Amino acid sequence: MIRIANGQGFWGDWLEAPIHLVEQGPIDYLVLDYLAEVTMSVLQKQKQEDPNLGYARDFPPLIGRLAPRLKERDIKVVANAGGVNPAACAKAVLKAAPGIKVAVVHGDDVYNRLNEFQNKGYEMRDMDTNQPISAIRSRILSANAYIGAFPLAEALDTGADIVIAGRSTDTALTLAPMVHRFHWPPDDYDKLAAGTIAGHIIECGAQCSGGNCQAGWESIPDMANIGYPIVEANADATFTVTKHEAAGGRVHSDTVKEQLLYELGDPTRYITPDCIADFTSIRLADTGPDRVTVSGIRGGPRPPTLKLSISYTNGWKAIGTLVYSWPEALAKAKAADRIVRQRLQSLGLEFDEIYTEFFGVNACHGPAAPSNPDPPEIQLRIGVRGQDRKSVDRFTRELIPLVLNGPPGATGFGEGRPPVREIVAYWSALIPREEIQTTVEVIS
Amino acid sequence: MLLGEIAHTRSGDKGDTSNIGVIAFEPEHYEVILREVTPERVKAFFGDLVKGEVERFELPNLHAVNLLLHEALGGGGTVSLRVDAQGKTYGAGLLRMEIDVD
Repeated sequence: MIRIANGQGFWGDWLEAPIHLVEQGPIDYLVLDYLAEVTMSVLQKQKQEDPNLGYARDFPPLIGRLAPRLKERDIKVVANAGGVNPAACAKAVLKAAPGIKVAVVHGDDVYNRLNEFQNKGYEMRDMDTNQPISAIRSRILSANAYIGAFPLAEALDTGADIVIAGRSTDTALTLAPMVHRFHWPPDDYDKLAAGTIAGHIIECGAQCSGGNCQAGWESIPDMANIGYPIVEANADATFTVTKHEAAGGRVHSDTVKEQLLYELGDPTRYITPDCIADFTSIRLADTGPDRVTVSGIRGGPRPPTLKLSISYTNGWKAIGTLVYSWPEALAKAKAADRIVRQRLQSLGLEFDEIYTEFFGVNACHGPAAPSNPDPPEIQLRIGVRGQDRKSVDRFTRELIPLVLNGPPGATGFGEGRPPVREIVAYWSALIPREEIQTTVEVIS
Repeated sequence: MLLGEIAHTRSGDKGDTSNIGVIAFEPEHYEVILREVTPERVKAFFGDLVKGEVERFELPNLHAVNLLLHEALGGGGTVSLRVDAQGKTYGAGLLRMEIDVD
């Protein structure tokens, strides 16, 4: 049995979580998931400004802090902290923790290969809109192929202490130690599906161990010290989800089910580079306090394609808010919204969209929210987006004047004008998997 | 009664699609969810917040269904002007849906 723990569900997750995982009890592998679709484009921009950046900058200092313990307890780390610059990430890790052995997985970054792909006739049509990539070609910021668990397992096979990848799938981080230790072959799809589902359960950190949990949330113990999840994985591909006893939170079939369904599409076809997992085959059992045992998982063959994650610029947006107090808070906020729209129209400004929400009334649930006719206060939130930066910038100047020249009782303007942000949108496409060849580089 | 009395939910995003997992607390209420929480009713419940269709997948092993609400996030991700661009609160909202249990 091996223990695989996840200490980060995204870049920006709780900094203490990986420390607690290492300090509070036994684990064999610490995996850290830093990447979301948007993260890649942010990192690409950072790399363009400084060729030594473009990776998750939280990671090297974390390894520096943990290094003595990792060595002492023989804990290996697998992380997609490399972003769009795994080599620079490895260099920073070695600086923070001299003497550590790092393996870097290369090959997912295809930003410089897009012309080659287009010349080969790959249209890389968006999986949602079916448009060919030529529609956005000049605006692309980053392009990466999602890679699976086998390149990461190969990196672990080198005996490295730390494995750094770029755009690996989130689930591959957890599956890789199983492939490495149990020598599962690439066509044992049931086992790979089990490891993939273990990865899905823990990839969002505490979201399977009591965080963001609807079921009995108010009774979840010691959320301030919530325990991040640990998978006890067996060679026969059964596994148990648990947490350290000293930590807060809860691992129960209810908390695990919520995470199983999180961001799920067709449950019979959860597609990864390694296999297609069938979530309708999962068997869950509460086998002890904070222990859920998972078995019965079936999977199918891996697809002949890999998914590309491409980010591109798509205009500008800004969102501003004002607060209106009782009496007639909602009526005043609605009047303010009408005035802003009329003024924008008078200026001849055009936007792709103007969108208004009234916090306290309909922002989260829209028409499904019950009516709230006489609220003590309402926050008005108006957003615009469009291709012309100047128009969006002009909008940001239209809210604060309302405090003096609009309906009475407006406040909440202390932050000043809202910032104008460039919209970085996301494009996904498929490419034959033979096009993506990964390599492992060991650095120490 | 309200759906939240027999089920819990979690929601998230995939582009401009939000998914809601609806999970029965007790196995016997799975059938109630299948009967009451239909794609048509969910679409009507959220009104113009959901521009596209609603799809439903069944997970009898977890006593759960997975709902996909298409074109429900104002363009999704970074494009959306909605405060809940990732559909984090759709699941909580659905707990208020009136259902018949018997």
